[in-house]
Amino acid sequence: MNWVWANLDLIRDRTLDHLILSVPPIILSFVIALPLGWLANRYRLSRGVILTVSGLLYAIPSFPMFIVLPALVGTTLRSPLNLVIALTIYGVALMVRVVADGLASVDADVQRSAVAVGFSTWTNFWQVELPLSGPVLLAGLRVVAVSTVSLATVGAVIGAQSLGSLFTDGFQRGIQAEIITGIVATVLLALLLDGALVAVGRLALPWTRARKSVRAAARLRLPVEVTP
Amino acid sequence: MNIFGDALNWIIDPANYSGPGAIPMRLLEHLGFTFLTLLVASAIAIPFGFVIGHTGRGRGLAVTTSGGLRAIPTLGLLTLVALWIGIGLGAPYVALTVLAIPPILAGAYTGFEAIDRGAIDAARAVGMSEVQILTQVEIPLGLPLLIGGLRSAALQVVATATLAAYVADFGLGRYLFSGLKTRDYAQMLGGSILVILLALALEGIFATIQRVVVPRGVASTRLLVDRARPARPRPGMEPAITKGNP
Repeated sequence: MNWVWANLDLIRDRTLDHLILSVPPIILSFVIALPLGWLANRYRLSRGVILTVSGLLYAIPSFPMFIVLPALVGTTLRSPLNLVIALTIYGVALMVRVVADGLASVDADVQRSAVAVGFSTWTNFWQVELPLSGPVLLAGLRVVAVSTVSLATVGAVIGAQSLGSLFTDGFQRGIQAEIITGIVATVLLALLLDGALVAVGRLALPWTRARKSVRAAARLRLPVEVTP
Repeated sequence: MNIFGDALNWIIDPANYSGPGAIPMRLLEHLGFTFLTLLVASAIAIPFGFVIGHTGRGRGLAVTTSGGLRAIPTLGLLTLVALWIGIGLGAPYVALTVLAIPPILAGAYTGFEAIDRGAIDAARAVGMSEVQILTQVEIPLGLPLLIGGLRSAALQVVATATLAAYVADFGLGRYLFSGLKTRDYAQMLGGSILVILLALALEGIFATIQRVVVPRGVASTRLLVDRARPARPRPGMEPAITKGNP
């Protein structure tokens, strides 16, 4: 514990670095996955293409991804932007399937009723499909948040600052406490963001509190997590 | 595009195919490590997963543990174990086996859970023993999801084995780290491309196995069931009688 007290400033700085790396990808992956997931749910052809591509992207290990991206999109290897883009790709790859499954889980009768009373595709999406698949999307986004926070630490091996820097630094200097602090801080940060998402979900989906459909959403089988 | 040209030149450079640290050797190390880790993790996780799936007990614990493990950063676990047991292959083996267990475990028991209860009840009704139900009904029907779990674990291990080169002199990850150290982008990128190809190849192989292991009876009826089923997924698989019982 002495190490922690002596290095509070360092831990705070790395935590902030970590937040800057992990919060934008979580938000971006939701925003980007929404239209892609809708497209994947809507047409059979786009479903095949989008889900296959996202599955393949998700299979790419993160460390090589960080190295390949600069050559593809011209980012600087150690820049936060490079990591944010990589983490967003993973988030989108995971979230697209969740959005497609979530939209597919909306009761077909409800959708037909919406069409029957004159909802356009646009209003049907925003006022019927999106709210009804909300619990599923929330469950998926929570998985994205936790895995993004965990993945962001990998950036430390290419020299991008994050809580992962505590692992590389602690390993090189042989300080066990530093690595353990890094692990605990990463897990706590993941829990914090997860909790924040739950809170946002309660505000955005007030009816789920009464109906317990969140539990049903949690039972929806999300892909078993990979943390490359 | 020139950068990729350099990387490809590095990959096909004959100098990289002989001596210590040659590409084939690194590739074999990486693959061998992945298979051994998967083997050990499977030996631990599959029996537990079958017991959980068959009896339905301990599921909550398994879910919580795998959820918790998901949040633990792999690099942290790797460096911590390396400090404990020292630099070398021991640490990656331990750390990666631990990381590979949850997806395999989850694949094993969710495979059982996804089976129509009617099939198991029918097996019991025609007089199958519990062991027969396990080996002749549950395991074959649950196999695709188990392979899915193995697929996740394999991807995880291949990816993290790359990071393991940070604490041990082995695997394709070496190229990435030595390229980083010497600012040799061609080597770094070439190594990255090899790792990515390896990961995608494994993904393809597992996807194929997953499709092949679906029992023929299931594969042929699935189409009919899909058509007959209403667009909305069934709310649960428990028999209707137990519902409405407060």
